[in-house]
Amino acid sequence: MSHESTYQPNSGAERWLDARLPVLRLMHDSFSAFPTPKNLNYWYTFGGILTFCLIVQIVTGITLAMHFASDSKLAFASVEHIMRDVNFGWLLRYIHAVGASMFFLAVFIHMFRGIYYGSYKAPRELLWMLGCVILLLMIITGFMGYVLPWGQMSFWGATVITNIFTAIPVIGTPIQEWLVGGFAVGNPTLTRFYALHYLLPFVIFGVVLLHVWALHVTGNNNPTGIEVKGPQDTVPFNPYYTVKDAFGLVLFMLVFAAFVFFAPNALGHPDNYIPANPMVTPEHIVPEWYLLPFYAILRSITFDIWFLSAKLLGVIAMVASIVVLFIMPWLDTSKVKSLRYRPMMRPFFFLFILVCIGLGWVGAETPDKVLFALGDFQYQMVHLGLTLTAAYFAYFLVILPLVGILEKPSPMPASIEESVLKGRKPAQAA
Amino acid sequence: MSLTIRTGAIIAAFTAALSISPALAAGDADHPHTPHEGWSFSGIFGHYEAETLQRGYLVYESVCAACHSMQYVAFRNMAEPGGPGFTMDQVRAIAAQHQVPAGPNEFGETVDEYGLPLTRTATPADYFPAPFANEQAARASNGGALPPDLSLMAKARANGPSYIYSLLAGYEDAPEETELQPGMSYNPFFPNHQLAMAAPLYEGAVEYPDGTEATVEQMSYDVTNFLMWAAEPKLEKRKRMGFQVMAFLFLLAGLLYWSYRKVWADIKH
Amino acid sequence: MADTTNPDRRDFLYIATGAVGAVAVGAMTVPLIDQMNASADTLAVSQIRVDIGQVAVGQQITVLWRGKPVFVRHRTEVDIAEAEAVDWQVLRDPQPDSARVHAGRPEWLVMVGVCTHLGCVPLADRGDYDGWFCPCHGSHYDTSGRIRKGPAPDNLPVPDYAFINDTTLEIG
Repeated sequence: MSHESTYQPNSGAERWLDARLPVLRLMHDSFSAFPTPKNLNYWYTFGGILTFCLIVQIVTGITLAMHFASDSKLAFASVEHIMRDVNFGWLLRYIHAVGASMFFLAVFIHMFRGIYYGSYKAPRELLWMLGCVILLLMIITGFMGYVLPWGQMSFWGATVITNIFTAIPVIGTPIQEWLVGGFAVGNPTLTRFYALHYLLPFVIFGVVLLHVWALHVTGNNNPTGIEVKGPQDTVPFNPYYTVKDAFGLVLFMLVFAAFVFFAPNALGHPDNYIPANPMVTPEHIVPEWYLLPFYAILRSITFDIWFLSAKLLGVIAMVASIVVLFIMPWLDTSKVKSLRYRPMMRPFFFLFILVCIGLGWVGAETPDKVLFALGDFQYQMVHLGLTLTAAYFAYFLVILPLVGILEKPSPMPASIEESVLKGRKPAQAA
Repeated sequence: MSLTIRTGAIIAAFTAALSISPALAAGDADHPHTPHEGWSFSGIFGHYEAETLQRGYLVYESVCAACHSMQYVAFRNMAEPGGPGFTMDQVRAIAAQHQVPAGPNEFGETVDEYGLPLTRTATPADYFPAPFANEQAARASNGGALPPDLSLMAKARANGPSYIYSLLAGYEDAPEETELQPGMSYNPFFPNHQLAMAAPLYEGAVEYPDGTEATVEQMSYDVTNFLMWAAEPKLEKRKRMGFQVMAFLFLLAGLLYWSYRKVWADIKH
Repeated sequence: MADTTNPDRRDFLYIATGAVGAVAVGAMTVPLIDQMNASADTLAVSQIRVDIGQVAVGQQITVLWRGKPVFVRHRTEVDIAEAEAVDWQVLRDPQPDSARVHAGRPEWLVMVGVCTHLGCVPLADRGDYDGWFCPCHGSHYDTSGRIRKGPAPDNLPVPDYAFINDTTLEIG
C-alpha cells in the first residue's frame, strides 16, 4: 500500500533537511497523514500504550542502572540504596517493577485484540510474527530483570528456569552451565543477565520499528476485518488517532499510577525482599504473574512418553506454546478475519481467554493441591494444568483449522464506510 | 433457576461460610490478626504516627536489637520527614549511644588488647550496628537459629504488619497433642507453629517516656509500626504524590476526552 | 455536533489540553534529573563533626570531607603573626589572613588540602614560607595557606565551618 506523500516543507530549514534526510517527511507520512480506518475502537489504543511502556521501562531502567551494583554481594543492598537514599529512587524502582507488569498486561490485551479481529491473517502474517518475536524478547528481558535484585525469588526462579536446559539430552547440562557461568546460578549469572537485560530492550525497540513498518505496508486491520477500499473508509492518523491514543494512554496511566503509588508490591512476591540464599529454598517458587501460564504448561506434563522424559516434555510443551503463536496465520482456515462475523468461533475465543487465565491460576498453585475427588481418584492442580494445556493447544491445532471450515459467517457489510454509516450489521433486507 | 438448584446453591454457600469462620475466629498462620483500630499506614491516605514510631523504636532498641540487626536503617533516617520525627540533635544523641566497627588504628591493628574488634562512636550517618559479627556468631548465640535482619521484615512476609503483630502478641502454651522440639516455642502464627524465638515481649518490658502502658499488645503494635516504617520509609511521600498524580491524570483524562469528542465530532464512527 | 461556529472555544480546549499535557511531561522530567543529584547517604556525610580537643598547638589533623582531605591546623602564635604580617594586597590571590579564619579564633586554620594547580595534596611544614609545599609541581603556601610561589593560581580553599563548642568543629 503506497500513498503519495502529502508532506509540504514549511520553511527553508525544512526544505534543506528534506532534501538531505527526509525524516520529517517520514514522520508526517507515517504518523500524521497516514490513512487509518475510521472505525478503530479503544482496543486499538494498546499499540501506542505499548510504545509508551517500552519508553518508560528504558528511561527508568537507565536511571536505575546509574545506581545499581550488579555484583551478587552488593545487588540487594544497592536496590535498597535506590529505595531509601537516591532522590526519587523509590519512585523509579516502583515504576520499573510495576511497569513490567503493565507492559505484559498491555501486550496480552494487544494480542487478544489481534486474535479477535484476525489481524494475524494475510497479508499481515509477518506483522504478527514480528509481534511474537517482541513477546519472546519481552519474556526473556523480564525474566532476566527479575533476577537482578537478587532476592530469594530472583535466585530460585533463575535456578528453576535455567535448569530447564538440563532436560535436553546430552548437551543440556553443558548448555545450562554455559548459560549460568558455573555449576549453579551465582555472580557470573547476575552480571551477564544485567548486561543482557540492558541490551535487549534496544533490540525490542528495533523489532518494534520493523513491526510498525510492516503495519504501514499493509495498513491497519479494523474491527470489521474488511480491508480499506478508499479514502471514505479512513481518517488521517493525526489528529484523530493521536487524540484517541492519548486518551487511552491516560486511562492506562491511571491504572499504572494506582498500582505504583498505592499497591506497588501487590503484583510482586514478598520473598523477593529476602536476600538470595542458595542454602534455603522458598516454600513455593513462583515467577511473576505474566509468566504463570507458561510455568503451568511447563509443570503440567508429569509422565514419560517413550524415551522422552516428563521434564523434557514439559519444556517442549512450554516452548511449543509460544511457537504455535507464530504459525497461527496458517492454522486458521477461515476466509473471514473478524470474529464479529464468526459466530461459531467467538465462544471458543472467550473460552480461550478463560483457559489462559486458568493456566495462570494453576501456575501459582502447588501442583498436588486436590481440587476434588472422584472415588479413589484425586483431581489435582497438576491435572487441571494438563487439561488446560490440552485446551490451549486444541484452540490452535484443532479449533482454528476446523471451525474455519465448518462455520457459516454472519452477513458482513460491504465496506468500513457502510459499517459505520449503518451500524455494525449491514442494512436489513427491506 | 429451578427450586432444586437454588436450594442446593444456598446450602453450598452456607456450608462454605461455616467452614471459613472457625479458622478466622481462632487465628492461625493463615489468618493473622489486624489490630482493631487497623493500621494507620494502610489506605490511600496512609500515614505514620510519629509517637507510635518513637515508642516502636524504643521497643526495637531495648528488646529486639539484642539479636536482630537492621542493616539498611541509618540513625539519620529517624530525623527524616514521614518517620519517627526525632530532631537531628536527638538523632546525634541516640547515635552516640552506639558503637560501630572502626577501621584499623594507626598501628594497623583491627582488634583491641582483648582481641575484640575496634569500635568507634556512631554518627547519624552510620547504619544500626549489628548485634553479631557474622552469621555463625549469631547462630552460636541462638541455639543454631539465625535471627533475621528486620529492615524489610514487614514487606518480606505476606500481610507483613499483621503477621508480625500477631506473632509477637500471639505466643501461647502449646496444645497437648503438639510435640515441642527442644529449644522451640509454640506460636500459632508461625509456619508449622514452632519457632526458635521465645516470647520476646512481656508486660512492662520497656518503660515508655510518654507514660503509655507497656502491655504486650501495645508494644507489639508500636514495634510493628516501626518495622513497617523501616521497610517503607517513603510511604507517606508515595501516597501523597499518588493522590496528586491521580487527580492530575483525572483532569488530563477529562480534557483529552473532550478533545477527542471535538476532533471526531464530524466523523461517523 | 461540530463546534464550527465557535472555533475559539474549541481551540481553547486544545490549548488547555496541550498545556496540561506539557505540564505532565515537565513534571515527569523532575525525578529523572533529580535522581542524579547527590543521594541522601552522600549528603549525610557532606557535613562532618571533627573533635579538635586533642589537636595540640602546632599540630594538624587531616579529615576526609566530601571525598577530599581537609587540613585542620592548630596554629602557633608565630604562625599567626607571620600570616598577618604579610602584605596581602600584592599576592597572586589577594586575601588577608582575617578572611581565612573565624574572628576570635585565628589559631584554627581549616582548609581543603587540594593544591589549586592540579589537585595533589600539599605536604605540611614544608616549603619556603613555613606553610605547605606541593611536591607535584612545586607550589609553596604560607602559614595562612595562601599561594606564594609556584604554578598554583589560588589560595587553598577554606570551606564553610562552624564551632559547635570549643572542642568540636562542624565542616560543611
